[in-house]
Amino acid sequence: MVQTAADKATREVLGPTLARLVREGLDIVCVDADLGYSTSAVKFGREFPERFFPIGVAEQNMIGVAAGLASCGKVAFCSSFAVFAPGHCFDQLRMAVAQPRTNVKLFASHAGVVTGEDGASAEALEDLALMLSLPSFKVLFPADAVECEQMIEAAARTDGPFYIRSLRPKTRILFDDAHRFELGKWPLMRDGKDVTLIACGELVKAALDAAETLAGEGVDARVLNASSLRPFDHGALLAAARETGAIVTAEDHFIHGGLGGLVSQALAAEQPTPVEFVGMEGYGTSGTWKQLLEHFDLTPEAIARAAGNAISRKSR
Amino acid sequence: MAQAPSVSSEELQEVARNVRRSIVRMTHAAKSGHPGGSLSSVEILTALYFRVMRHDPKKPSWPDRDRFVLSKGHATPLMYSVLAEAGYIDRDDLLTFRQLGTKLQGHTIMGKPPGVEMSAGALGMGLSFSLGAALAGRLDGRDYHVFCLLSDGDSQEGQTWEAAMAAGHHCAANLTAIIDRNHIQNDGYSDYQRFDDEGQSPDRPGGWVMEDNHTANIMNLEPLADKWRAFGWDTKRIKGHDFDALTTALQDAREDDEQPTVIICETTKGKGVSFMENNPDFHGKAPSDEELTQALQELGFEE
Repeated sequence: MVQTAADKATREVLGPTLARLVREGLDIVCVDADLGYSTSAVKFGREFPERFFPIGVAEQNMIGVAAGLASCGKVAFCSSFAVFAPGHCFDQLRMAVAQPRTNVKLFASHAGVVTGEDGASAEALEDLALMLSLPSFKVLFPADAVECEQMIEAAARTDGPFYIRSLRPKTRILFDDAHRFELGKWPLMRDGKDVTLIACGELVKAALDAAETLAGEGVDARVLNASSLRPFDHGALLAAARETGAIVTAEDHFIHGGLGGLVSQALAAEQPTPVEFVGMEGYGTSGTWKQLLEHFDLTPEAIARAAGNAISRKSR
Repeated sequence: MAQAPSVSSEELQEVARNVRRSIVRMTHAAKSGHPGGSLSSVEILTALYFRVMRHDPKKPSWPDRDRFVLSKGHATPLMYSVLAEAGYIDRDDLLTFRQLGTKLQGHTIMGKPPGVEMSAGALGMGLSFSLGAALAGRLDGRDYHVFCLLSDGDSQEGQTWEAAMAAGHHCAANLTAIIDRNHIQNDGYSDYQRFDDEGQSPDRPGGWVMEDNHTANIMNLEPLADKWRAFGWDTKRIKGHDFDALTTALQDAREDDEQPTVIICETTKGKGVSFMENNPDFHGKAPSDEELTQALQELGFEE
């Protein structure tokens, strides 16, 4: 792990990555609902205009058209903001993609409260819950732009439905190019034995900072990057529960239906363990993304505090 | 079979009669299902599968096949009956419709059986899917055509109009929408002025619930052809039970290389079975034992 590269938004890599994959021979098309500038899909459209289909502000049609393209052998990507897709087209994702398992990849940007100044209506805090409710979708949430690019490639090269969640702000690069994303594997970001901090998205960096703080207090925290929400890394989770005996989840999403819910459900069935939750419980508001993380307690301090609570609940 | 064979009108009538028999028998056996909107589209599908479309029941995944997409996904009794007549599935399987273990679910499932192009059952989704298939054909330089069958209810879903706008915008000439305009939907009548309202119509806008609990004027779609024309479609309005009119309109649509075509087919819900005709009750209700006997008699079958 190195932290030398400039900060980069996960949404910036979609268009360039798709263009590279077409150059490498993949039969990719991209359907766009008038947010391709923000999701970087236009960079693909400039290079491969015949493979880029603007369909206007019509997310339901976007998903249906993508499914039709996929039914004819295309790897069909579509992109929008997470509030609009899946927000505006859940039934289309269910009927045209999830049930028939068409080869559609939904790349959503501007997820989470860190969308910022646009305010509550623009901040998707339910999208993971929606997508995790569709069992045939792989659901991914990268911790940085390097991981995001690898996820896009994995999605393009793996048949079936994918959802990739990306963010508006430029965030820290955590991985170097040697990192290899694997479906269903949670990268171990830091090892530890007293508590495990399981985070996703931009809160992986916050969890690493929390672990640093905890180390100063004599607490040895493990950090896992839960970037693959489905498939889920049961092995890493159960090992963490067994070996550290206390868990904290951290996510920029509603706890209910998100990472916190997933982890709790798995642990309740297989390895009951104290869990503390850092995440959103109500709607967001306007502000800079950094202000909002502070305002809603999605911080290293909040994660460290939750770790203390989880450790204090360990059975003696 | 690369090209649809030429079939006489008498032969088409015979296929349609067999399809109608299967529709009433399947829904009767399942004790549920949607006979009304199946019977209204019988001639449309018969013309497509036996006269117009290029397809091969032995190669349902043939990349150059014409596609038929059923947006009104509840018309499965019709879809499966036509696939059986065309040789995609065994006629004996039809009576497993809607039963545990069947290949023939209540609403369409993509690829089950082979020949079903899309999963449907939530209205409004077929035209988007069809547009995607049409755009893929154009990108790949294939000359297949995509036909999509829509209902009155489909025509009320916003997504249908999103897709109509996009298809006009992309000049998807290899796409044809067919509207089974039977004017009846789940709760009653789309536009009651087509029927004799016997002075029941209240003097206010919108719909109303009638004495028999059907809803009248659920949503008026007219002027429907003008709407499609405004979205960039070549528009035709024909009698939807007339094989000659259907064949001409569908073949012309297949030849059109400038715009997508919509064919608005004026039809009768429940067509061919007297007590189902124009009767909203048989949108989603199966015939009883006695009703089955009468229906088969009316269709000219002993059983």
